[in-house]
Amino acid sequence: MDLNFTAEELAFRDELRRFFRTEIPESIRNKVLDGQHLSKDEIVLQQRILNKHGLAVPGWPVEWGGKDWTPVQRYFYSDEIQQAGVPGGLAFNTSMVGPVIAQFGSEEQKKKFLPATANLDIWWCQGFSEPGAGSDLAGLRTKAELVGDEWVINGQKTWTTLGQHADWIFVLCRTDPAAKKQEGISYILCDMKTKGITVRPIQTIDGGHEVNEVFFDDVRVPKDNIVGQPNKGWDYAKFLLGNERTGIAQVGASKARLKRIRELASVEPAGEGRVIDDPKFSEKLAMVEIELKALEMTQMRIIADERGKAKGKPNPASSILKMKGSQIQQWTTELVMEIAGPYVMPFALSDEGSGRNETGYGPEFAAAAAPAYFNKRKVSIYGGSNEIQRNIIAKAILGF
Amino acid sequence: MDFDLSDDQRMLKDSVDRLIADKYSFEQRKKYMAEPDGWSRELWAQYAELGLLGVSFPEAHGGFGGGPVENMIVAEAFGKGLVLEPYFATIVLGGGLIQAAGNDAQKAAMLPEIAAGTRLVAFAQVERASRYNLADVQVTATKTAEGWVLNGEKSVVLHGDCADTLLVTARTDGGRTDRNGIGLFVVAANAAGVTRQGYRTQDGCRAAEISFANALAADVLGDPAGALPLVEQVVDQAIAVLCAEAVGLMGEMHTITVDYMKQRKQFGVSISQFQVLQHRAVDMFVAVEQSRSMSLFGTVMSADPDAKARSRAVSATKVQIGKAGKLVGEEAVQLHGGIAMTMEYKVGHYFKRMTMIEQMFGNTDAHLAKVAGAGSLF
Ligand SMILES: Cc1cc2nc3c(=O)[nH]c(=O)nc-3n(C[C@H](O)[C@H](O)[C@H](O)COP(=O)(O)OP(=O)(O)OC[C@H]3O[C@@H](n4cnc5c(N)ncnc54)[C@H](O)[C@@H]3O)c2cc1C
Repeated sequence: MDLNFTAEELAFRDELRRFFRTEIPESIRNKVLDGQHLSKDEIVLQQRILNKHGLAVPGWPVEWGGKDWTPVQRYFYSDEIQQAGVPGGLAFNTSMVGPVIAQFGSEEQKKKFLPATANLDIWWCQGFSEPGAGSDLAGLRTKAELVGDEWVINGQKTWTTLGQHADWIFVLCRTDPAAKKQEGISYILCDMKTKGITVRPIQTIDGGHEVNEVFFDDVRVPKDNIVGQPNKGWDYAKFLLGNERTGIAQVGASKARLKRIRELASVEPAGEGRVIDDPKFSEKLAMVEIELKALEMTQMRIIADERGKAKGKPNPASSILKMKGSQIQQWTTELVMEIAGPYVMPFALSDEGSGRNETGYGPEFAAAAAPAYFNKRKVSIYGGSNEIQRNIIAKAILGF
Repeated sequence: MDFDLSDDQRMLKDSVDRLIADKYSFEQRKKYMAEPDGWSRELWAQYAELGLLGVSFPEAHGGFGGGPVENMIVAEAFGKGLVLEPYFATIVLGGGLIQAAGNDAQKAAMLPEIAAGTRLVAFAQVERASRYNLADVQVTATKTAEGWVLNGEKSVVLHGDCADTLLVTARTDGGRTDRNGIGLFVVAANAAGVTRQGYRTQDGCRAAEISFANALAADVLGDPAGALPLVEQVVDQAIAVLCAEAVGLMGEMHTITVDYMKQRKQFGVSISQFQVLQHRAVDMFVAVEQSRSMSLFGTVMSADPDAKARSRAVSATKVQIGKAGKLVGEEAVQLHGGIAMTMEYKVGHYFKRMTMIEQMFGNTDAHLAKVAGAGSLF
C-alpha cells in the first residue's frame, strides 16, 4: 500500500499542469472556475489548442490521436484539466461519439469524422432522450426506415444539450419495431442542416439555454450514416454511457470549486468578520472536502482496478462516481449561495440568457450563485439518474 | 386546544383560495410578470376591494382587525399561487412596522391608504455586511435643522422598486452592531438623494438596491434610537408569514409531484409504481405535514408578548421550514426528472421561491443558532 506516485508520474502531472495553465487563455479558465457559461467560440478555441498539442482526445485509439496512457496518467489528465478550469474536449465529441466511431464505425466514417471531431470542426450533439424515453431509454420511438439508399427519420428527441450549436447529431432510432426493445435500435449520424430537422430551445429554470427539442420530419440521410450494424445501436450506446458516467463525477472540477469557495468565503464580509469565520460554514466546507477526498480515493481504486482489464467495459462501481460526484457538485453550489447571503436573490440575465453575468448586484460572484444551484439539479437527473445508478449497483454489484 | 378556524376566518380562506384558483394559473402568472411593475396593479386593486390588504389592520384604520392567523391564511394561499404582488413587503412588513411603531397620527395617515391599495411600502433593512443580524446597521441618520438626514446603502429591498414609501433602519447613535441607536425612518421613495436600482429576483418577484445621499426623511416611527425591539417583533411576525407561504409552496410541490408520478410512464408502468419513489414521496408528505404543524405554532407564537419565547418559537419554525422546504423542493425536481428543470413547467418556480425564502431574514443555520442559544423549547 503506497499512496504516493512515482517521480515519473509526478513529472507527467507537472507538465500537464504547466501546459493547461499557460496555453489555455486565463479568461476562459476563470469563467469556468466562476461557474459562468462559455460561448461557442471559447469552447472551440480551447479544444483546438488542446488538439494542436495532441491533448484533446487522449482516450481514443492511438492511430486516431489517442494516447497510450496508464490509468494513472489518464487520471492526472482529467484531474489537472479540471482543476485548471479548462473546459476540455466537448464531451459529445471526445467521450461519446468519437470512441463509438473509432470502435464500431467504418473506415470511411473514421476518416471523415474522427479528425474533424477531435478538432471540433464538427460539433456533435446527443440525440438519445425523447419525451417518452428518459430513464427507459430503450423505449425510444423515433424511427428510421430504409427507403432506397436512405434512412428516413421521423420522431422527436429532447433535452439535446447545446443542440443550437451542433453541426451533427448522433441519433438512436428504432429500425426494427418488431424486435425486443433493445434489439431494434440503430445508431445513426445525421447532419443538422438536413431538411426536416427543427430545433426548438428549452429554457432551464436558471434562465439559461443549454437544452433543446429536436424534431425529425421525414429527414433523409444516406444509408452509410449508420454506425456498425443495424439494430445493434443499443450496444454501442451502452458502451459510451459508461464514459458519460465517469465524466459526470468531475472530481477535479469540484476540487477547483472548493478552492474558489474557500477564497470567496475568506473575503466576503459577514458581520464584523468574514464568512469563513463562521464555524458552521467552515465545518460544512470541511464536510464537502471530506466527501470529495473519499470520492477521489474511490476513483483511484477504480482506476487501479482497471489495470489489466479489458478497456471500455464500464465498471459498475463507476455508478458510485456518478452518484457521489453529482451530489458533491450540488453541495458546492449550496456553499456558494451561503457565501452570497441575501445577494443570492437578484436575477441578472446575461446576453446569452444564461442567468449569470458580471453586472449583477452585490459581490460579483453572487449573480451565478442561485442559478448554479438550480442548474446543477440536473446532474442527479441526467447521465442515468441517481435512482437508476442505485438500480445498477443493486443489480450488478449486490446481485438483487 | 382548538385548531379550527372561526367562521370569518373560514370565509376569508374560501374567498382567497377561490381568488387564487381563478386568477393565478401558471399562464396568468406569466402575464402578470410581464407587466411593467412585474406584477398586476389590477389584481392589487381587487385584493383591496376584497379587504385582503387590510385584513390584519385595526378597524379604526381601514382594516378588519385580524391578526397572525388571517395573515397565515392569505400567505398560504398566495404560496400556492406563487403570487407576485407586493403583499409581503407592503402589508406584512410595511403595515406591520407602522402598526407596531407608529403613533396614531402616522397610522391614520398611512394604514388606510395601504389597505385601499393606493400606497405601497417597502422595508429597507438588509445591508451588504449585515446579513441576518438586524442590529448590524451602518446606514446613518443625522438630525439637522430640516429633520433627519440619511446616508448609506441598503441591499435587496423587497419590492423596493415600486414602493411609494420606504421604511428605513438607520443608525442614530452607537457602534455598528449596538442594539441601541437604531431608528426607523419614513422616507418618500422619490425624495431627493434616494437612488433605486430595481431588478427581478430569482423567484420572479422584484427588489431594489437603494442608496441614500443626504436624503431627508419625512418622519420617524417611534424612538429614533430605540426601534430595534419593534423591528425584531415585526420581523418575527413576517417570518411566520413567510413560513405559512412556504407551507403553501410545499403542499403544492408535493401535490404536483404525486400527480405527475401517477401519469409518467417509464419501463411500461407509472413511475409511482416504483416503491423507492413512493417512499420518497411519503418523506416529502411527512415534511409538509410537520411544516404545517410548525407553521401553526410559529403563527400563534409570533404574537406572544414574551419577546424571548416569541423569537425562539419563530426561529424554530424557520428552521423546520428551511430544512423541509429544501427537501421537498429538491425531491420535487428529482422525482420529476428533466421536465422540472424547465421554465415552462411550474414546479421549478415553486422550488426557486422556496429556495429564496430559506435565506430571507436568516437562513436555517442562522435561526438554528438562535434557537440553540435561547434554551429549550419545552
Ligand atoms: C439539463 C439536461 C441535459 C440533458 N442533456 C441530454 C442530451 O444532451 N442528450 C440526451 O439524449 N439526453 C439528455 N438529457 C436527458 C436525460 O438523460 C434524462 O433527463 C434522464 O434520462 C431522465 O429521464 P427523464 O427526464 O425523462 O425522467 P424520467 O425517466 O421520467 O424519471 C423521473 C423520475 O423517475 C425515476 N425513475 C425512473 N425509472 C426508475 C426506476 N426504474 N427506478 C427508480 N426510479 C426511477 C427517475 O430517477 C426520476 O427521479 C438531459 C437532461 C437534462 C435535465
